[in-house]
Amino acid sequence: MNQSTQSIDIRLIECAKTFSDGTRALEPLTLQIEAGETVVLLGPSGCGKTTTLRIIAGLESPDPGGQVLFGQDDVTNQPIERRNVGMVFQSYALFPNMSVEQNIAYGLTVRKMANDEKARRVAEMLDMMQITELAGRRIDQLSGGQRQRVALARAIAVRPRVLLLDEPLTALDALLRERLRVEIDQLLRELGITAVYVTHDQNEAMALGDRIVVMDKGMVAQTGTPQDIYYKPSNAFVADFIGTINRLRGTANKGMLQTAGGKLPWSGPDAGDIEVLFRPEDATIVALDAAELRGHVVASYFLGDRTKVLLDGIGEQTVVVETADRRQFAKGAEIGLIIKPDALMTLE
Amino acid sequence: MRRSGIFYLNLGFTLLVCAFLIVPVFLSIKAGVTENFFQGVKSGLTLRWVGEVWELYADTIYLSLLISITCLIADLLIGVPAAYVLAKKSGRTARIIEETLVLPIAIPGLAIALALIITYGGFRDFRTSWLFILVGHVLYTLPFMVRSVLAVLSSFDFKTLEEGAASLGASFWQRFFTVILPNCRSGILAGSLMVVTLSVGEFNLTWMLHTPLTKTLPVGLADSYASMRLEVASAYTLVFMVMILPLLIALQLYGQPREVGHGKPATPGSRASS
Ligand SMILES: Nc1ncnc2c1ncn2[C@@H]1O[C@H](COP(=O)(O)OP(=O)(O)OP(=O)(O)O)[C@@H](O)[C@H]1O
Ligand SMILES: [Mg+2]
Repeated sequence: MNQSTQSIDIRLIECAKTFSDGTRALEPLTLQIEAGETVVLLGPSGCGKTTTLRIIAGLESPDPGGQVLFGQDDVTNQPIERRNVGMVFQSYALFPNMSVEQNIAYGLTVRKMANDEKARRVAEMLDMMQITELAGRRIDQLSGGQRQRVALARAIAVRPRVLLLDEPLTALDALLRERLRVEIDQLLRELGITAVYVTHDQNEAMALGDRIVVMDKGMVAQTGTPQDIYYKPSNAFVADFIGTINRLRGTANKGMLQTAGGKLPWSGPDAGDIEVLFRPEDATIVALDAAELRGHVVASYFLGDRTKVLLDGIGEQTVVVETADRRQFAKGAEIGLIIKPDALMTLE
Repeated sequence: MRRSGIFYLNLGFTLLVCAFLIVPVFLSIKAGVTENFFQGVKSGLTLRWVGEVWELYADTIYLSLLISITCLIADLLIGVPAAYVLAKKSGRTARIIEETLVLPIAIPGLAIALALIITYGGFRDFRTSWLFILVGHVLYTLPFMVRSVLAVLSSFDFKTLEEGAASLGASFWQRFFTVILPNCRSGILAGSLMVVTLSVGEFNLTWMLHTPLTKTLPVGLADSYASMRLEVASAYTLVFMVMILPLLIALQLYGQPREVGHGKPATPGSRASS
């Protein structure tokens, strides 16, 4: 794919957003998105993901003082139609009065591209998204997945400087979501385009993002690679929002951490009272005499490939572990755990 | 399935009511094409009366057509953009304007006419021209156009469609003409049929606003009922029905603004009906 437009970096500088009804959707936000990078904005409903995306797109303007830069270009005062961005909406936003082909050609038509070149570009897009056989269909004759493919083709047909996607897969069922996610991932890598992808689904974020920006109440909670976010959450919000996390309290002394459920090897500094975190998959169920921690089964859920076990007596809250062992866990039974030594995390 | 006695009772009653309404129409049409109403059909069928109506009242027919077409143009030029702006603005002012626009529907035509005469009756040239009637018709029919377009605009997410078009580089006017208007087609069509039908058939308001030189078809009809032979009046009614019936039938067919094709995605493989 010959992407003629060079990919560019995006910078948001101190972009806040207060809506006319007084809603403060964004606190001043500074964000750097490198050229060719896929950044995922992740966070709970209402945290300001869409607002951030719309500020980048030019559908909302930031409060005075905020600045949006595309490469060297200050686009803060440019309306969306002059920014040359590709946008994919959750509701697809395909034009019902046009065929698939006409939808994909729309951006080229308004740019007054010559007909033969336009036809060539549309054919290329249809081929790339594997929807050539749908070219003449009307939009209401398409399935959800097909619609999203058309929406993607339409957005990239104009060779935008950046591609912006707002929960593009949320309206689809789980299986299709998985498949299209892989396709979008390949597409973004192939194009090498700067992309901002909004989602509230952490699996999607982990799979697609070069970097993830976790947002909370109009602020950035943490920015980092998926690994950073998952293994080194920098605050309680991120730790709780991403995946499942277990919390233990204890006292650290001479390389050992004493908790309510037992003693753990500890490589961190001594401390009187400290909270440590670990992921369910880092705990292993072992025989009681080999265990570091002991607790009692509260409940267990068979998930097919593994069993999820909830334990009490270890931390203040229930501890969740997962195991592939093919055994039953009776309620009340005593269970022993060991935890991978490098899996213990602390928040600053 | 066997039909019960109740069904036939219902059917009979419905037919009876229909006959009650339709028979006078047929009698009137018949009167318009018989030589002599008092002698009945045996006096012979003729188009003489229709011809006479044409000689006497052709100008009222032309005026009705002229007014309804210009009224439609005015409603399209004012009503469609107005509906778009109202649908786009979410504030209280927009809602108040929307309600105000609908107000004339609730006000009798006579009141509109009276208000117009009080306000503009002093401008003699205006008062005596057909434009005076046109203004009344526009005031009376505009809400129907706005309502109809508003209904179709609220049936699809036109704001997001517009944002999609803008992201692809379309300017405001490009968006308006290539995305908004085509998707409002059904509402505009329904509104247009409504406006033309109402304008052609409007009597109350027009009767107040007309002058002897600016008679529309319905006003002429009333005039002929009062002063002409029954056969002429009937033939005139026939002409009126020939004009208005196709409009009414079209209104029945296309009068409901249809949902813009934007519903649930079809399941893969299945093709939605077209
Ligand atoms: N046009 C608007 N007027 C007033 N408030 C708004 C407007 N748009 C968004 N908001 C508010 O701003 C906040 C952030 O909204 P935003 O749409 O950015 O959230 P989000 O993270 O995209 O959430 P979701 O996952 O539900 O889409 C919310 O509290 C929302 O109610
Ligand atoms: Mg959102």
